[in-house]
Amino acid sequence: MHAAKSTTVMHPLLKVEAVSVRFGGLTAVDQVSFDVHQGELLGLIGPNGAGKTTMLRAITGVVHATQGEVYLSGAPLVGLPIERRIRQGLSLSQQLVKPLRNMSLLDNVALAAGGRKTASPLRALQHVSNSDELAVGMQMLEKVGIADRAHQMPGTQPLGILKRLELARALALKPQLFLLDEPLAGLNSSEARALANTIADIHQSGMTVVLIEHNLSEVMRLCQRLIVLDNGKKIGDGVPREVMQDPVVQAAYLGGDTLATSQSKVEPQHA
Amino acid sequence: MDYEISLLTTIGISVMFALSLNLITGFCGQISLGHSAFLGVGAYTSAMLTKAGLPFLLTLPAAMLLAGVLGVIVGMASLRVRADFLAITTMGVGFLFIGVVRQQEWLGGEMGLSGFPGSGLGKTGFMLLTLGLAGLTAAISLYIQRAWIGRVFNGIAEDEDTMRVLGIDVPRYKLAAFAIGTALAGAAGGLYASHLKFIGPDSFSFVESITVLSMVVVGGIGSVVWVALAAAVLSALPGWFQFIGDYKLLVYGGLLFAMMRFSPHGLAGMAQAVTRGGTHARR
Repeated sequence: MHAAKSTTVMHPLLKVEAVSVRFGGLTAVDQVSFDVHQGELLGLIGPNGAGKTTMLRAITGVVHATQGEVYLSGAPLVGLPIERRIRQGLSLSQQLVKPLRNMSLLDNVALAAGGRKTASPLRALQHVSNSDELAVGMQMLEKVGIADRAHQMPGTQPLGILKRLELARALALKPQLFLLDEPLAGLNSSEARALANTIADIHQSGMTVVLIEHNLSEVMRLCQRLIVLDNGKKIGDGVPREVMQDPVVQAAYLGGDTLATSQSKVEPQHA
Repeated sequence: MDYEISLLTTIGISVMFALSLNLITGFCGQISLGHSAFLGVGAYTSAMLTKAGLPFLLTLPAAMLLAGVLGVIVGMASLRVRADFLAITTMGVGFLFIGVVRQQEWLGGEMGLSGFPGSGLGKTGFMLLTLGLAGLTAAISLYIQRAWIGRVFNGIAEDEDTMRVLGIDVPRYKLAAFAIGTALAGAAGGLYASHLKFIGPDSFSFVESITVLSMVVVGGIGSVVWVALAAAVLSALPGWFQFIGDYKLLVYGGLLFAMMRFSPHGLAGMAQAVTRGGTHARR
């Protein structure tokens, strides 16, 4: 299982070390360790309630790790507030898209691109022009294929567009590591396939990506490596095809009531 | 002529005070029901310092500083609480201010302060100073709105969790909004004390906080020009119509209610809907 990890000689971009997250009596993430290497597209999968999103939130700082360490390019993240972790080079595309509804799509992305000018209120007070950021914003909207709607408001957009806006805005932060939380959820199969291709393009352009996704056929198509969580524990780590053939992983996916959900997520893709 | 000069001075102070709240509540989305406390801090600071012999103009920076520092302290409360809880917290701050001042003999207690030296500028000169500072406050507000800090405030007003994920240090921006807004309220307070030549705990009561909030809401939360206009008209009304002075709470409370119910974006929203011919107001 761990063969893929030991063969790489590169210093990991993200290092998650024995992270546990407990909510009261419930252990949502239990002693999970993994590395993400520069340029990788890593899938983080597992049945519903496996702790994937909680793991991601422990990396971004939305929830606090009860135990363990997280390093980005060697620098420790645990203990830092969300915004500091983002400024260290993380970027999160959220599962529930949250555009700022009082500004256009372009302004949403441009705001994210202004990181240098918004580092402190004093600096933000000294800068007025946002022409550079609008240019970056436009570039990002083009990258995700919604530049034609740049000046429209988010309120009138369908989910597929908002998902792409979420990607564009997260990309505008110019992250070292791009975390995607179920970007394909809620999309029909052709929309999902198109967005998966966009994600592949983003990865091709040199971005390191961690992808949480339930759509297994797209995960198998996109990811170079999978990490499987179940009940908060890591039960798989390696090349997708091998990982999915592991009886432990199969049992986790096929066991109990997760059978219906995993199959229903896969089947529409064959249509 | 005296009456007009006095009225214009009152208007200038109200515009400045309303714009200062607009920075906190309108731009940054942090509701405050105790903003008159900062008007009071500025007023008492300026009055006490002129009494101690300081020239009036030098008391204004001191009034701004003290109100701003207290504003940051109250702002720290806003980091822990949100929306409706913040409204209650700031309301408490307003009552706390009155409660404390009432007990302080050196601040005049229940009787308030009077007989402190004036600005020495003459009525017309003082009016020009007030209108100038109100204009400056409007200019600062417009600049902030156009600058990056205004863009960030706007985002925080909309969704602060998302702003954090975009790498924004939300607490520091909120404190900045409180610092700027309360400092400007402090300056307005200094002008208020010098204009009325009398201040007491009741000058800065809950009713005053509601009055200024209704000016912001009627104008259109966040809109500099419309808030200034609403503040100008609403502060002049009690002088023009005696009954409004008698039923102040009723009139302002009614306006607040009517606006929230029928036009949450205030006059600015109405104007935008009319000019665009559409239904979509700002935000």
